[in-house]
Amino acid sequence: MNMEMVKLTIDKKEVEVPEGTTIYKAARKAGIEIPVLCYMDLGDLNIEHKPGGCRICVVEVEGRRNLAPSCSTEVYEGMKVHTHTIRVLNARQTVMELLLSDHPKDCLICPKSGNCDLQELAIKMGVREIHNQDIAEVSTYRTDFSPAIIRDMNKCIMCRRCETMCNELQTVGALSAINRGFMSVVAPAFEMDLEDSVCTYCGQCVAVCPTGALTEVDHTHRLIRDLSNPAKTVIVQTAPAVRAALGEEFGLPPGTLVTGKMVAALRRLGFKYVFDTDFSADLTIMEEGTELLDRLTKHLRGDKSVRLPILTSCCPGWVNFFEAQFTDMLDIPSTARSPQQMFGAIAKTYFADKIRVKRDNLIVVSIMPCLAKKYECTRDEFKVDGNPDVDYSISTRELAHLIKKANIEFNTLPDEDFDLPLGESTGAGVIFGATGGVIEAAIRTAYELYTNKKLPRIDFHELRGMDGIREAVIDFDGLSINIGIAHGLGNARKLLEDIRNGKNHYHAIEIMACPGGCIGGGGQPLHHGNFGILKKRMEAIYREDATKSIRKSHENPYIIKLYEEFLGKPMSERSHKLLHTHYVDKSKKIIYI
Amino acid sequence: MTDFKIHLLVCGGTNCRSSRSSILAEQLRAEIKNQGLDDYAQVVTTGCFGYCENGPVIKVIPDNTIYTQVRPEDAEEIVTNHIVKGRKVNRLLYKDPRTDKIIVDAREMETYKKQIRIALRNCGVIDPESIDEYIAKDGYTALGKVLTTMSPEEVIQIIKRSGLRGRGGAGFLTGLKWELTRQTPGKEKYVVCNADEGDPGAFMDRSILEGDPHSIIEAMAINGYCTGASQGLVYIRAEYPLAIDRLRKAIHQAQEYGMLGADIFSTGFDFDISLRFGAGAFVCGEETALIHSMEGGRGEPTMKPPFPSVKGFLGKPTNVNNVETFANVPAIINKGTEWFRSIGTEKSKGTKVFALAGKVNNVGLIEVPMGITLREVIFEIGGGIKNDKKFKGVQIGGPSGGCLTEKHLDVPIDYESLVDAGAMMGSGGMIIMDEDDCMVDVAKFFLDFTVDESCGKCTPCRIGNKRLHELLINITKGNGKEEDIERLINLGNVIKDTSLCMLGQSAPNPVLSILENFIEEYEAHIRDKKCPAGVCKDLMKYEIVAENCVGCTACARACPVGAITGERKEVHYIDQSLCIKCGACMDRCKFNAVIIN
Repeated sequence: MNMEMVKLTIDKKEVEVPEGTTIYKAARKAGIEIPVLCYMDLGDLNIEHKPGGCRICVVEVEGRRNLAPSCSTEVYEGMKVHTHTIRVLNARQTVMELLLSDHPKDCLICPKSGNCDLQELAIKMGVREIHNQDIAEVSTYRTDFSPAIIRDMNKCIMCRRCETMCNELQTVGALSAINRGFMSVVAPAFEMDLEDSVCTYCGQCVAVCPTGALTEVDHTHRLIRDLSNPAKTVIVQTAPAVRAALGEEFGLPPGTLVTGKMVAALRRLGFKYVFDTDFSADLTIMEEGTELLDRLTKHLRGDKSVRLPILTSCCPGWVNFFEAQFTDMLDIPSTARSPQQMFGAIAKTYFADKIRVKRDNLIVVSIMPCLAKKYECTRDEFKVDGNPDVDYSISTRELAHLIKKANIEFNTLPDEDFDLPLGESTGAGVIFGATGGVIEAAIRTAYELYTNKKLPRIDFHELRGMDGIREAVIDFDGLSINIGIAHGLGNARKLLEDIRNGKNHYHAIEIMACPGGCIGGGGQPLHHGNFGILKKRMEAIYREDATKSIRKSHENPYIIKLYEEFLGKPMSERSHKLLHTHYVDKSKKIIYI
Repeated sequence: MTDFKIHLLVCGGTNCRSSRSSILAEQLRAEIKNQGLDDYAQVVTTGCFGYCENGPVIKVIPDNTIYTQVRPEDAEEIVTNHIVKGRKVNRLLYKDPRTDKIIVDAREMETYKKQIRIALRNCGVIDPESIDEYIAKDGYTALGKVLTTMSPEEVIQIIKRSGLRGRGGAGFLTGLKWELTRQTPGKEKYVVCNADEGDPGAFMDRSILEGDPHSIIEAMAINGYCTGASQGLVYIRAEYPLAIDRLRKAIHQAQEYGMLGADIFSTGFDFDISLRFGAGAFVCGEETALIHSMEGGRGEPTMKPPFPSVKGFLGKPTNVNNVETFANVPAIINKGTEWFRSIGTEKSKGTKVFALAGKVNNVGLIEVPMGITLREVIFEIGGGIKNDKKFKGVQIGGPSGGCLTEKHLDVPIDYESLVDAGAMMGSGGMIIMDEDDCMVDVAKFFLDFTVDESCGKCTPCRIGNKRLHELLINITKGNGKEEDIERLINLGNVIKDTSLCMLGQSAPNPVLSILENFIEEYEAHIRDKKCPAGVCKDLMKYEIVAENCVGCTACARACPVGAITGERKEVHYIDQSLCIKCGACMDRCKFNAVIIN
């Protein structure tokens, strides 16, 4: 497209930008940072959220009657913009005061305190007085507690970022604005509970919420209580994506791997055993890879009862999505449980027996980059006599808080190793944390099991990357395996609709609910829309894979031992009982309009 | 065809129907039949005469007699005396409120003398449910002329040259909008008629749709031809059942007559119209919000540009015009630009329909040439202030407009002059206030409306107007502080300066214009804790003057809450903590012993 250039002045500085650029972006180019609040730029996802709702970013444009929202006003030739006239400052200050007049002032006990865009802006603007607060009505709403996400809409400022994530990016459709005027707020339809809606708990709304309106269910207090209980043995598993992001919370540059420090911190917090979800990721590959080969061979033999493609099932947000919205396809995903749940099932049987601790006295905690994992732990399928395989899950952000709370000087910790046996893992387990990783790990194993030959190469670069939907053909010694990959539920929807419409040629598809995979999960340190951070995390994941001595799941010696001592072989009867699951048609439970 | 000698036009608009005009029409028909006059006289149910407060209204043609406040029971007398004996029924004739003179011929009514009816040309004249009557009044000739003899560009030039501007509020040049939509490339385009009339008290769009639906259909088809659209949509609020019903019938008739559908007038031009219903949100009158609502989304505005002409319904170029704007179009095509330009002022051509309401004698719809003064409208057409009270102010442009005063009475009504005076044309609501109205209360009333109707999208409108409203409530309760006035001005100006759409940008107008013109009333509330008009209940107290009280107990018996105590023949006393300030005691007291303090 032929881009015309436009010349304008901002605060008397000349700027030249392509036609269609907004004042805000042109100002940034000129080195002028206009304050914004509701605005959110997810450039790599092609989402620029600029509803022009908060009106904080207003500027004066010569010749224009009123102030212009810089985030959503396009520049024109010869435009003269002033970003900090008294008129602008007065307007911004007044608008800020209005926002604060309808916002709780209990910052001291707000989970978002210190990480809140509204608070940061209030500090910058220095609002010292809210006029007539004594006669000001404050809009209040019922707090909505779901198993993963808490909605405290008293703190909602109507930036509508969550709506964009839920509807445009994820196409879930759980959140939208309801009510009018002063009482308008973002909520599930008819202000029903999140739990009764189509919400997948992917947590992308939480990840972008500028205030404490949307937060994760915080389990750290429960964890402290359990750790202090001498009758309990508390063990922990850590998901692969956590180690690639946790350091950010301690000021380390994005992409710093903190595996060893994380293990040391967890040990200092008092966990009896520090294990790795990467171990159960390897186990997942054994089960899922075997299932893939089983379905593939049957399909190739012409067995019509077997449906392809097989879809990965590690991501609980994704599982919730298809259970609610693609109920006609519940037989396509792999029946393999997620690594979190496989870990819990093995820990509370095999490992509990080994250390002679009763199931009831063993507390399994998981550290996850994810909020849907909190819900996943509570599913009835993953309980034995009411006792859950994984007791609860805490997010990367919660872990960081906990480490700070315990005054552990994270950055000076020594690197320590995971405990054995459930702490041993391969490079294949690590890459579960990035989009494309699960399918790459599966191929490393499936190839060798199918062909009985050694893989000629381990790195499948064609499966990696940040494109929303990717595909590749992998040669299984003469047999072409078509692989599809999607991350972000909107992209997943496209693939699923293709399958539903018969437009599909894939044998296997990997789907992750969050952009970038788990590294961009709803429980990770906030990236504020900066995808550069996600890319750095992704690099870290593949770096860890490359440095591992074993990089194929089926070569993990402790996995081999687990099958020998306990499970028999993949897809065995015991495996089925402990490591596989079934899916539920949730559309009946959800209240549709 | 029967050649009737006498036509009885009975108003069938919503207002007259609510005072039983359809029963009246039935009675008249029955009576005519009874007296064997079927071939002589005919009853026609028409659209609104604009004379609503005096409804039901009947007009007798050919002698131009107007009967007001006619009840169904009067049918026999009208038929017997007027039709058979040729004697007018004096008691039902209109009486001039100022001179008390009985008006025998409607053409002598002051209220009609200064009106020029273009948009309302057929309202109260034809049966809106009959396409034949519309055609008999030159209906669809404009469409025929346009389709068979003119190019779209020529038509757009005519509309542009006529100077017609949007009658929905902002006054954008209609022809320019059409041109923009035409010039935007796109295979699929839409014509939208904005019938989401929402100003309190304004009902001109409803009256046009009820009284002359075909004029809108014809104009939309002309617009479709000009812009390249083959689909028309009318966005109408579901609270207008009669308008919807008549519009549906009209669309059906137009389709039967080939005025809508495929290959209209055998010119190869296809155009059809369907209806979309709104749930009555005021903000959906804003065109981007209207479009989102039609698409099934939340009715809230988005930034312009892009304008609907470029990216509108379903992302396609869309021409949105309001009902009254469309109603002017066929007349302009038929009578020419020179005729239209001869009416009005330099920058505002043609006429404007206003809904007169409040403390004026002739409440109803009027259509006046642009440039007429407020004085002419209120004191001549409107018949002056009710009960000879003193004129205080007039709110023009609905809740988004401003309040003008005595000193503005000679301002000519056109788009620019009204804005200069601190009001706006808006959709044409005109609410007249007299000495008994408290202006702070009036500002509170209008703000109450906009606070309620805000969509909630942008901060200044969602929270700012609420805060403004709270300040006013506080002032009318007697809790206002000196600095509140400055706060109102700053907050009001920031809301105007920063709100996303015109609803928010104009919501503080009543507050600010009243501050400018009636500052002393604000001051009286804040400093003296007094409401000069005696409206704000929290600022007044009913008290009994001991010298005048004879102890008759009438007030105590009248008090609905038992706030008055006192023995017979002794001075009574009002317990202020119980008093609800209804004024029943004052009405009842014969000795002027109850006073307002």
